[in-house]
Amino acid sequence: MSESLIVPTMAEMLAQGKQPEVLFWVGCAGSFDDRAKKITKAFVQILNRANVSFAVLGTEESCTGDPAKRAGNEFLFQMQAMMNIEVLNAYEAKKIVTACPHCFNTLKNEYPELGGHYEVVHHTEFLKSLLDSGRLTIEGGQFKGKRIAFHDPCYLGRANNVYEAPRDLIQKLDAELVEMKRSKANGLCCGAGGAQMFKDAEPGNKEINVERTEDALETKPHIIAAGCPFCNTMLTDGVKNKEREGDVKVMDIAELIANAQDI
Amino acid sequence: MTYLSNVLFAIVLIIGFGYFYLNIKKIIRNINLGIAVNRTDNAKARWRNMAMIALGQSKMVKRPVAGILHIIVYVGFIIINIELLEIIIDGLFGTHRIFAPIGVIYDVLIGSFEILALLVLVAVSVFWIRRNIVKLKRFFNPDLKGFPKSDANYILYFEMFLMTLFLLMNASDLHLQNIPGGFSHFIKAGSFPVSQFIAPAFNGMSNELVMLLNEGFWWLHIVGILVFMNYLYFSKHLHILLAFPNTYFANLNPQGQFDNLASVTAEVKLMMDPNADPFAAAPVSENATPSKFGASDIQDLNWVQLLNAYTCTECGRCTSSCPANQTGKLLSPRKIMMDTRDRIEEVGRNIDANKGVFIPDNKTLLNDYITPEELWACTSCNACVEECPVNISPLSIIMDMRRYLVMEKSAAPMPINAMMTNIENNGAPWQYSQQDRLNWKNEN
Repeated sequence: MSESLIVPTMAEMLAQGKQPEVLFWVGCAGSFDDRAKKITKAFVQILNRANVSFAVLGTEESCTGDPAKRAGNEFLFQMQAMMNIEVLNAYEAKKIVTACPHCFNTLKNEYPELGGHYEVVHHTEFLKSLLDSGRLTIEGGQFKGKRIAFHDPCYLGRANNVYEAPRDLIQKLDAELVEMKRSKANGLCCGAGGAQMFKDAEPGNKEINVERTEDALETKPHIIAAGCPFCNTMLTDGVKNKEREGDVKVMDIAELIANAQDI
Repeated sequence: MTYLSNVLFAIVLIIGFGYFYLNIKKIIRNINLGIAVNRTDNAKARWRNMAMIALGQSKMVKRPVAGILHIIVYVGFIIINIELLEIIIDGLFGTHRIFAPIGVIYDVLIGSFEILALLVLVAVSVFWIRRNIVKLKRFFNPDLKGFPKSDANYILYFEMFLMTLFLLMNASDLHLQNIPGGFSHFIKAGSFPVSQFIAPAFNGMSNELVMLLNEGFWWLHIVGILVFMNYLYFSKHLHILLAFPNTYFANLNPQGQFDNLASVTAEVKLMMDPNADPFAAAPVSENATPSKFGASDIQDLNWVQLLNAYTCTECGRCTSSCPANQTGKLLSPRKIMMDTRDRIEEVGRNIDANKGVFIPDNKTLLNDYITPEELWACTSCNACVEECPVNISPLSIIMDMRRYLVMEKSAAPMPINAMMTNIENNGAPWQYSQQDRLNWKNEN
């Protein structure tokens, strides 16, 4: 399937004198993490299917600086931000879509003050707009009647009030959206935010991702859906910890849509 | 002789309000120890926040039991203060129930005060039961011990005491009003839906004794209110005043948006400017590099963060929703706020003792109060910020202290250092080359 992926870069677009409708910011996880790369590909498949004119920065993309900023390294963050802004502004980027809520938050909220003004949307919002405008249609197919629990990523939900787009998409699959006892503004972190992904947790009596996975498993889901590569990793680990990987899958919303489409 | 009590009352009033005024001045001075930050933009949204969150209690009711009981106590507090106006006028001028001539409205007012007083008594009792018998977990976390723990109970006892006195005062008054032919200055006024059931307790006592008791209740009630008002400064109960400015000046940006340190921006811009003279002295401007990046003590925090600390009512909703705390880590957002306030108070006392200047005491908020282990346990998920009924942000303090640890002390945990080195060298938190960023396209 990957042979069929069409992934133009901004440089290629520029060479052809074209400006894409949207710049897809892949992010570090989406570029390098084996699990997250699948999410990236699923999203690209959908973009290809819907004939969306998009481009990636490719080797010109760099870390947004989010983990450095949350860890407290403002210097490194601003260095990253300003270098990225130079690249983005050089390509006259207007609209950016990303599948990573951390990139989304940083690009959307923290870059403007440093000179980076873009319309930034999360991939769930973008997918919803594709469906709403009829550029993409899906049928529930294999997810019909399946119980899908949605985990709100902190940097998508609480941080930016995006709660409905991912839920709308799940419902479009004719699936049964189930809510955890802690959801939306009261959602519980997966444990990876604030640069925690890159270090061991402080001593405690439990791992946060296990606590969160228990919330999800309480809803007796077939699938735990996430909209963040880091949440995906944490919940996948949590499901393994509970030895439930045989019957519960952790999937990104983009993967759900791509699979339903059977792209 | 007749004026003695009026003069005494005036003196009590002056002492009560005078001491209160001095302490308020001290709080304002202490809050101004923080660095400047502009929170006067978008006045409309700020007023709306204050109206909805402080006045309208919209975030309190997210936990309905505590929320509704709190509203009762809060409404009771506000409405019964109307009664305070009458008490003060009566006390100063030796009148009795000065507003009585307004007739039916007065009856309705006194009647509703009574019902509220009873409701407050019930609510406060339930609060006491939740704390002391049901023992809700958030009131028994290790970060809430010593004075803060008893403080909560003292407040409840105070409220029980004041409400009981209010009802006893009315009951004795009603008893005297009902004496056939009238007694002394006790005119028939007010309606007493609650204290009418207490009034029979005075049957069989001499009229003079009941009058003495009535005056005693009246005095205890007003003195109690003044003492309670002055207790605020020492207590978490300060939130009844500061919740209003605190919600007004709260952060209006999306919760995920952290501030970009302006001093760093200036440096980074200079570094990236190809035309900059690398040997030139750093330009001096308003945004010049501060003496310190991030915060290690309260003087490095901004005044809104210090106001937050004074406003915190130690309810622990933040801590009970904190993922790190729930999984047994040392971090407690409530403790961050309580530590900050304790340190402000310590610095304030230092300044008072040293004629208005702070003499370094070899202590800082970081390490002496808050440990790096607590700070590094935070996932920056904003659950504490979301939960706070009065829009306090413990997270902003945590982040400023992490900045200090990383930028001033290079004291990040080893794996965090590795992550930052990777970003610096490869443009990714992992050790992959930037040239491999698009490899996924061709992988199966």
